[in-house]
Amino acid sequence: MSEPRFIGDASVLPDHGFGPRSTTWWGVSGFMAIEGAGFALAFAAYFFLMAQERQWPASAPAPDLLWSSATLILLLVSELPNIWVKRAAEREDLRAVRHGLIVMSLIVLPIFATRALEFDRLNIGWDRNAYGSITWALLLMHTIHLITDWVDTLVLTALMHTHHGAEGRRFVDTSENALYWHFIVASWLLVYGVIYWLPRTHG
Amino acid sequence: MSRTDGPDFTGPALHEMLARTWSDAPGLWGWITTVDHKRVGRRYIVTAFVFLGLGGILALLMRLQLATPDSGLISADRYNQIFSMHGTTMMFLFAVPVMEAMAIYLIPLMMGTRQIAFPRLNAFSYWIYLFGGCFLWIAFVLNIGPEAGWFSYVPLAGPEYSPGKRTDVWAQLITFTEVAALAGAIELITTILKQRAPGMSLNRMPLFAWSILVTSFMIIFAMPAVMLASSFLISDRLVGTQFYNPTEGGDALLWQHLFWFFGHPEVYIIFIPAVGFVSQITETFTRREVFGYPLMVLAVVSIGLMAFGLWVHHMFATGLPRVGYSFYTAASMMIALPGGVQIFCWIASIWSGRPRWETPLLWVIAFIITFVMGGLTGVMVASVPLDLQLHDSYFVVAHFHYVLIGGAVFPLLGAVTYWFPKFTGRMMAEPLGKWNVALAFIAFHLTFFPMHITGLLGMPRRVYTYPAGAGWDTLNLLSSIGAFVFAASLLLFIGNAVTSLRNGRMAGANPWDAASLEWLPSSPPPTYNFAHIPRVESRTPLWDGEPAVIPGLRTDKRELLVTTGVDALPDIRDASAPPNGWPLFAAIATTIMFTGSIFTPWAVVWGAALMAPPLILWFWPHDPLEPKPEQGDE
Repeated sequence: MSEPRFIGDASVLPDHGFGPRSTTWWGVSGFMAIEGAGFALAFAAYFFLMAQERQWPASAPAPDLLWSSATLILLLVSELPNIWVKRAAEREDLRAVRHGLIVMSLIVLPIFATRALEFDRLNIGWDRNAYGSITWALLLMHTIHLITDWVDTLVLTALMHTHHGAEGRRFVDTSENALYWHFIVASWLLVYGVIYWLPRTHG
Repeated sequence: MSRTDGPDFTGPALHEMLARTWSDAPGLWGWITTVDHKRVGRRYIVTAFVFLGLGGILALLMRLQLATPDSGLISADRYNQIFSMHGTTMMFLFAVPVMEAMAIYLIPLMMGTRQIAFPRLNAFSYWIYLFGGCFLWIAFVLNIGPEAGWFSYVPLAGPEYSPGKRTDVWAQLITFTEVAALAGAIELITTILKQRAPGMSLNRMPLFAWSILVTSFMIIFAMPAVMLASSFLISDRLVGTQFYNPTEGGDALLWQHLFWFFGHPEVYIIFIPAVGFVSQITETFTRREVFGYPLMVLAVVSIGLMAFGLWVHHMFATGLPRVGYSFYTAASMMIALPGGVQIFCWIASIWSGRPRWETPLLWVIAFIITFVMGGLTGVMVASVPLDLQLHDSYFVVAHFHYVLIGGAVFPLLGAVTYWFPKFTGRMMAEPLGKWNVALAFIAFHLTFFPMHITGLLGMPRRVYTYPAGAGWDTLNLLSSIGAFVFAASLLLFIGNAVTSLRNGRMAGANPWDAASLEWLPSSPPPTYNFAHIPRVESRTPLWDGEPAVIPGLRTDKRELLVTTGVDALPDIRDASAPPNGWPLFAAIATTIMFTGSIFTPWAVVWGAALMAPPLILWFWPHDPLEPKPEQGDE
């Protein structure tokens, strides 16, 4: 084998980068695309079933607006610390990231409470009819995402409080975790609209 | 100061260092904890071929039963399970996984990188796939195998007509295989878009990489549909939801829409990687870049997009609005256009190149002939009046075996022959390979061509027997004889592979004088793939002479070069995760959850709790199940 021709030098390159520069961003975006496709298809199923019924919501009053709107407000408010922690991660401010992640870990707790009340006030059982089934399915799907990201955030919070927290890659993880929270909030805007407002505006 | 590769650190000393950094733990523990894409890819391929064998045995049982009219060999109930298992195994445990498996092995090498993106996810994907396949087959042996066909239509698959656990097993198998496939898709997209060798801009990427990129995006948008559909099905069956129950506002057609929104792209998810194999083989054995590269890329991308617009052609017989008939007929015919463009580009490449008629190219010829025939019957059934006549008949069985075996298995066998020296360091035996192509080709057509006629004569698919004198007897006998000869040809192929593993002629790094980067390292490649990361200056880098390299990656820890998405400019040195045992334990916990959930919905709750610790520890840096803690970390 002949002597290789060397051109350039990779050792001067950084060992991490944010956004689409990082592979982590692509991984997280890939999962968001999968889950986004899941939500889109569940909405399609909702509209498909709605088109089969003369009356919507079928055999039930529309689900209560109070606690779902409270969830919406809490999720929107949570975006403030979320954006703040994302920015802190991108300027690699470990102190701010540690504080921000603690806030993000705690801010979900009241959302769990309002979410539990939402299930209680759907005004229909999942086994009553197809309307009930798809309504429960949408709310459950969103809740699973909420729990998953919360556990993610807890683990990340713990990790950032160890000596691993100072590594560049961990700031990338924090930034992408915040990106995923955007997905949780954005998907709720849609799920909320479908579950709670469609039955009110539809015929 | 850590040491990087470069002019002062190259040759044997570098190889030794990299081999130490990138090696697995020794013995069984290393086998279990490996995240090497080549080891994982190899076991993925072997496992998929085992499932091909199992699915093939079921096919032979069916052909044995149908060889004569009024056969009493297999009961109706057993036959239902056999054809359901055959379709499910072939689609979910063989065809899709084997294509991803080939990509898992080949793509990082072809991209000029040392490892696939998210290597632990890759290991997890394999274990989930393996456990899912075992779950299905153990259930079948226990007489609780699926019974409602590979597409499990409701109401037949619903709680009323499929009591017991058989359909639940089918629905959970879907979850297993889709999780595995989705994980693979994310790894492959990231590897292709972010880990290409410097200079390999998108317009210099091998056509196989384009195929896999498009396929992976299709997986991401198609597979959630079947996961959603099967979750609805299992919840209808287990907790009394009403998604598919028409008496409570549900709709059986919702199943068909969701299933085929996945199911139609699925056939292209199987076919497009095969197209990639064909392009790579054609390039090498005609010694020219494939004719019309931009057209080939556009064709693959447009097939990927159009595949999502034709699912309703599976539902012509359900009754649709007229505009629906017209739209989906037009869309189904339109997708033949990019297919045709590709066929003509390959023919033009062979025509204008210097073809060497080696075995892989012969498989390509077998593919072109067979696939064109299958494509033509596809255009036929795109027409509604004809489809209504032929729906659910053996004509359809003939059509999709032409496109799936002709369109995907022939290229796959060509690809295995082509890359066998890279996988193993040895060539497959000749001229046995050429005889093998001829035998498989003749046997295939003997099996499936008569089915067109049996279908036209009215024989429905999925019947466990048929009366004598309907005009179907001889045709069925021919198909059965063909099936056994076809099976013999596949056995011959496997036999050739197994004996060549030990006795095959030694292959150098690039035995076919091919142009893409996977042929640069030795055969089989070292654990770290490339001692120095190559630079690419054309679509056919190895035909330009020894490529230049970019030095500067660390050698004391696993490091990869991340490049920009379009132009592949060097951007970041990224760490790559070392071997780890937690993906296996996460897969075991996931298997317990999936299996438990067909008995109690609470399994989802305690199963999630069971899954959390291994998943968390998998991400935690330097945990105790990392068999080879890295020295180089700060």
